[in-house]
Amino acid sequence: MSTATLLAIRDLHVSYATGEGPLPAVRGVDLTVERGQIVGVAGESGCGKSTLASTVLRLQPPSATVSGEVLFDGHDVMTMRWGELRAVRWAGASIVFQGALHSLNPVHRIGAQIAEPLLVHDPSLGRRSIDERIEALLDQVGLDPARARSYPHQLSGGQKQRVMIAMALACDPELVVADEPTTALDVMVQAQVLGVLSGLVRERGVGMMMISHDLSVLAELCDRITVMYAGRVVEEGPAGKVFSAPIHPYSGALSAAFPRVGDPAARFSPAGLPGDPPDPRNLSAGCSFAPRCPRAAEICLPAEPVLTTHLDDRMAACVRIGQPDPLREPTEVAG
Amino acid sequence: MTPPQRSAELVASGLRVEFTTRAGRVAKALDGADLVVRAGEVVALVGESGSGKTTLARSLVGLTKPAAGEVTWDGKPMNRSARGLKSLRRQVQLVLQDPSGALNPRQTVYESVAEGLRVHKLVARSGKTEDELVAAALSSAGLRPPEGLFLRYPHELSGGQRQRVLIAGALAVQPQLLIADEPVSSLDASIRGEILALLLRLREELGLGVLVVTHDLGLAWNIADRIAVMYLGRVVESGPTEEVLTSPQHPYTQALLSVVPEMERLEPIVLRGEIPDPTRIPRGCRFHPRCPALASGEADEVADACRRTSLPILPSDPDGHRCACHLVASRARADAADEVSA
Repeated sequence: MSTATLLAIRDLHVSYATGEGPLPAVRGVDLTVERGQIVGVAGESGCGKSTLASTVLRLQPPSATVSGEVLFDGHDVMTMRWGELRAVRWAGASIVFQGALHSLNPVHRIGAQIAEPLLVHDPSLGRRSIDERIEALLDQVGLDPARARSYPHQLSGGQKQRVMIAMALACDPELVVADEPTTALDVMVQAQVLGVLSGLVRERGVGMMMISHDLSVLAELCDRITVMYAGRVVEEGPAGKVFSAPIHPYSGALSAAFPRVGDPAARFSPAGLPGDPPDPRNLSAGCSFAPRCPRAAEICLPAEPVLTTHLDDRMAACVRIGQPDPLREPTEVAG
Repeated sequence: MTPPQRSAELVASGLRVEFTTRAGRVAKALDGADLVVRAGEVVALVGESGSGKTTLARSLVGLTKPAAGEVTWDGKPMNRSARGLKSLRRQVQLVLQDPSGALNPRQTVYESVAEGLRVHKLVARSGKTEDELVAAALSSAGLRPPEGLFLRYPHELSGGQRQRVLIAGALAVQPQLLIADEPVSSLDASIRGEILALLLRLREELGLGVLVVTHDLGLAWNIADRIAVMYLGRVVESGPTEEVLTSPQHPYTQALLSVVPEMERLEPIVLRGEIPDPTRIPRGCRFHPRCPALASGEADEVADACRRTSLPILPSDPDGHRCACHLVASRARADAADEVSA
């Protein structure tokens, strides 16, 4: 092990070529993951979260133009030769994709699918040691090792998601990127899967980047949270604080969307955020959240706000932070 | 649209639904479920995947035929003839899970919403044009201006808009009750609140009753008047949302609640494994193999009953807080005895 910093993303820009001009999905993102740390990335669909995740392993589609640095253990993934990159994928860093339910090959047994990355990285492995490794991996994610002989359709959603995690762990990665690992799972299975993930970080000291639109899940599991909107970071800080006392209005809206059970203020007043994220191809000059922002004012329109430090240890990109709000009372959002 | 004149209720009593697996075993998807939903109230039906929530919702509109038990609407038992079901579904509309899959990709928004009007021949009766009725349904579902969406196809809409189109399709026939299966589980955090607010507004403005099927207790806290918790084909706890979620009685409800993220005040009780196979419902209390109270020894005094004695079906009581659990029942008996002796 070298330094504590495992992954450092510096000023990353990713843009897709489309028929209607370039689509900037990620616009200047900085993010750091230390060993033994879980970093959450939150935002709605279309905010650039999944693009960010796939770029970490250089899995972005060929139509994408990338600039900036993705330093994995100090080496830039974007400029690596193919051989080095292959060594990093799976063994250095692995990814648990969104929608596990459809990511497994339906005609192969679970065991064979877990064995695949093992064999790719070490073709000399014998039958015996592969079987042992598969058993150990299944056990680690809380599945019966006999499940290795099952086909994906014989497993429930939560079990398939665990298989995906077992695959991601097969080559002992130092970094795990998990893209919406619990979306579509019910609460109890979600709790089980989150327990498996946090156990890994505690016991093996891996670093983890976890992507979700559910701020309450991230708050429960992560050390720090980065909130993205329209391809940029709008807030970054300690997980509990970003969820319970967000300073950017967008984080505030995400946090309010998942009520605390027992909070009288949330009874019969579900909080939503009207509108949709902007089309990244035609962004306005000012703050890209302003059209949907309950606190938007004149001052938000001329230029895009920069990420600045507020309080200790917290950053946000909003010019209205700390400003009085004489015109608007905090209002509940009606449908 | 005018609010309904009288308040009708949809009642399921002792519903049993069975499916035969390929191996010839019988899976009891519903094993005696009781539920009441009245017009003008929001009821949440919650439980893990595999608890039978969706089967119950489908049985309530006659899409699944029960092996035993009865569904009544407005005091009359469900008439299973094609005509009977058609007239029931004019009053009680089902909004399916997954808006991307439930809309026909080759139909415009207008066609999708107008379909119900045509099936039920409502245009002639209303004295309005079809355009006006479709527009009214779309704007009730919060899609404004409605005319702009008439000729759009589902792929041109966002997830939230698709969900609203589905709700508009249901509202077009002016039902008294809406059954929504996981209405927000596939939607983004920001849209979630919008759709829930829409359901509440429909209740206010149209006096609509809503049954929401969900695994999300936060959603229930957000909008439901009452809540019914299902486990393995039966309702195990039901009552007013405030009572059930702030002082849950059943160990299963307690466990579900403790794993909702950010419930700091509760020690998480993560149940091992998943709901058992419905072809092999455990003897005694159906929850006993996973019950944390039984495992910890807390339920020692009733352990025999938990393992051997099955519990009666929880009656659908629209006003009280009820729970099917040997431990809770024995504590209640002890409390009552104390009161008598004191």
